[in-house]
Amino acid sequence: MSVAYRTGKALRRTVVQAVPTIFGIIVLCFLLLQLMPGDVADVLAAESGSATKETLAAIRGRAGLDDPILTQLGRYLWHVAQFDLGSSTRFGTPVSHLILERLPNTLVLMLTALGLALGLGIAAGSVMAIYAGRWPDRVLQVVVLFFYSTPGFWVGLMAIVLFSVQLGWLPSGGSMTIGTTPTGLGVLRDRVPYLVLPAFAMASFFIAVYARLTRAALLEVLRQDYIRTAVAKGLSPFVVQTRHALRNALIPVTTVAGMHLGNLLGGAVVVETVFSWPGMGRLALEAVTGRDFNVLLGVLLLSSMLVIVTNVAVDLLHAWIDPRTEAP
Amino acid sequence: MEPDSFWQRHRVLRSVLRNLSFVAGMGILGVVALVAIAAPWLFPGDPLDMVAMPTLWPGEDPAFPLGTDSLGRDMAAGLAHGARVSLLMGISAAAIGLMIGTAVGALAGYCGGWVDNLLVRITELFQTVPTFLLVIVLVSIREPSAPAIALAIGVASWPTVARLVRAQFRSLRSADFVAAALVSGARPSRIIVRHILPNALPPIVVTTSVMVANAILTEAGLSFLNLGDPNLVSWGSMIGDGRQLLRTAWYLTALPGAAIALTVMSINLAGDGLNDVLNPRSGSQ
Repeated sequence: MSVAYRTGKALRRTVVQAVPTIFGIIVLCFLLLQLMPGDVADVLAAESGSATKETLAAIRGRAGLDDPILTQLGRYLWHVAQFDLGSSTRFGTPVSHLILERLPNTLVLMLTALGLALGLGIAAGSVMAIYAGRWPDRVLQVVVLFFYSTPGFWVGLMAIVLFSVQLGWLPSGGSMTIGTTPTGLGVLRDRVPYLVLPAFAMASFFIAVYARLTRAALLEVLRQDYIRTAVAKGLSPFVVQTRHALRNALIPVTTVAGMHLGNLLGGAVVVETVFSWPGMGRLALEAVTGRDFNVLLGVLLLSSMLVIVTNVAVDLLHAWIDPRTEAP
Repeated sequence: MEPDSFWQRHRVLRSVLRNLSFVAGMGILGVVALVAIAAPWLFPGDPLDMVAMPTLWPGEDPAFPLGTDSLGRDMAAGLAHGARVSLLMGISAAAIGLMIGTAVGALAGYCGGWVDNLLVRITELFQTVPTFLLVIVLVSIREPSAPAIALAIGVASWPTVARLVRAQFRSLRSADFVAAALVSGARPSRIIVRHILPNALPPIVVTTSVMVANAILTEAGLSFLNLGDPNLVSWGSMIGDGRQLLRTAWYLTALPGAAIALTVMSINLAGDGLNDVLNPRSGSQ
């Protein structure tokens, strides 16, 4: 089957599967949010300190917060079906604007972190499996265990101390230099330093996850008969290890990579706070404290969709590594 | 009786105790647990009270070997009391996640058909929503208190267990001993609990250690963001407080983080050791 055919089939399947999933997520999140004490009117009242009952009632009436829950849910679903996420009850601006402002930042951070995690994790895991039981394996095992056991945001904070405060190599927060308008390659040169530390903090735990998986899977594969055959027919160890063994060992790694995407994106909330990264995670946190339900629902919905879409990409990767699998 | 019959009967126990990483992990974890249990006697009084000059570096004043924070609170006392919170949170959240996950997975794997379909769909739903976002939403439903936070982390973490248990049940369901139990007239509930579950246990035991470790990490993230129980000192909230002085007094951030890393590492070591013994083919040697 051609790549184009597979991609087309995967996309169709995604749409078919994503619609009920998204519907379920909306209903689940909507009902959860109804359980929260207080609404946006209460938060505004607490902040202004002098809101009258009439003003609060007017705010609630305008946002439709007095309607029965099912009416509110139906209205929300009807709007979402028309790609309308409503507007922020707090700021009055459309939720889609607020999210689109932050989405590119989160996407860049997430994809960089995923790439780092897969790249470094698979590399470390391969070295560990190939040198199993010898010193490179033992040293890396300790390093990997450390990252497997350490909260990513703490890795980020310690990296700030080392690389920003002590050495002064990298900026400690933000996503770009304020007050400059670089063009062309200058944009890249300006932004990449800001990306390094948060992406690493977000990836650190997952580097360890993928390294452990790759090591276990590769050791399993290296025991098999066809590897002995390949060695016996005189191929170099490097070719056997990469072309023959690693390709098969990566199958469980990509499967798990897909399963962990939600966790990876969830980690963004804390990491974005540590690095003042203007992404969706911080938007979600602000929406929770401000009881801005429309924004929160929008973020939950969009980040779930991001997970679904990236999962399809991982599925395609999976099919490319292992042609025996049916096209997803 | 032969003198070594105890060890013959407990082959698993013997090989577990011979496993270096399990023994090392349990050793460190034991020390952390002892500190957690002894915290009220080692450091009497509220760890949130001011006891000395603020921001004493570790070693600066022998009375406070690990220094004090920006409000003059004893770091050592905070760390010891924080150990209670972290361990209790980790264990109770993991227990909740395990119970939900095992119930859902067992039901899906045993029943199959539309029950399986529905439960798998729900599991996928929970796996698609970014976990930490879900925890934040769940935590905000009530005033943050320790039990509510444990419940939130547990509710967000069950899908992994459910998938694992479901796979185990699907393969064990067609085993001969299950058919034998069915023929002898056992009720499905009895087959699930008494026949299949004990055989599905080894991978669940190994996952438990991962669940506890991840629950501790999640709780740390929550209290770092100030979403934890405000009346409790936890390692995460200490990192959050210390972050304000990251540039000048980085030990305030480093120490509680190191405590988390050490504790979670010991749990992971113990879990790896158990995994080596229970699933010898998983390939770590």
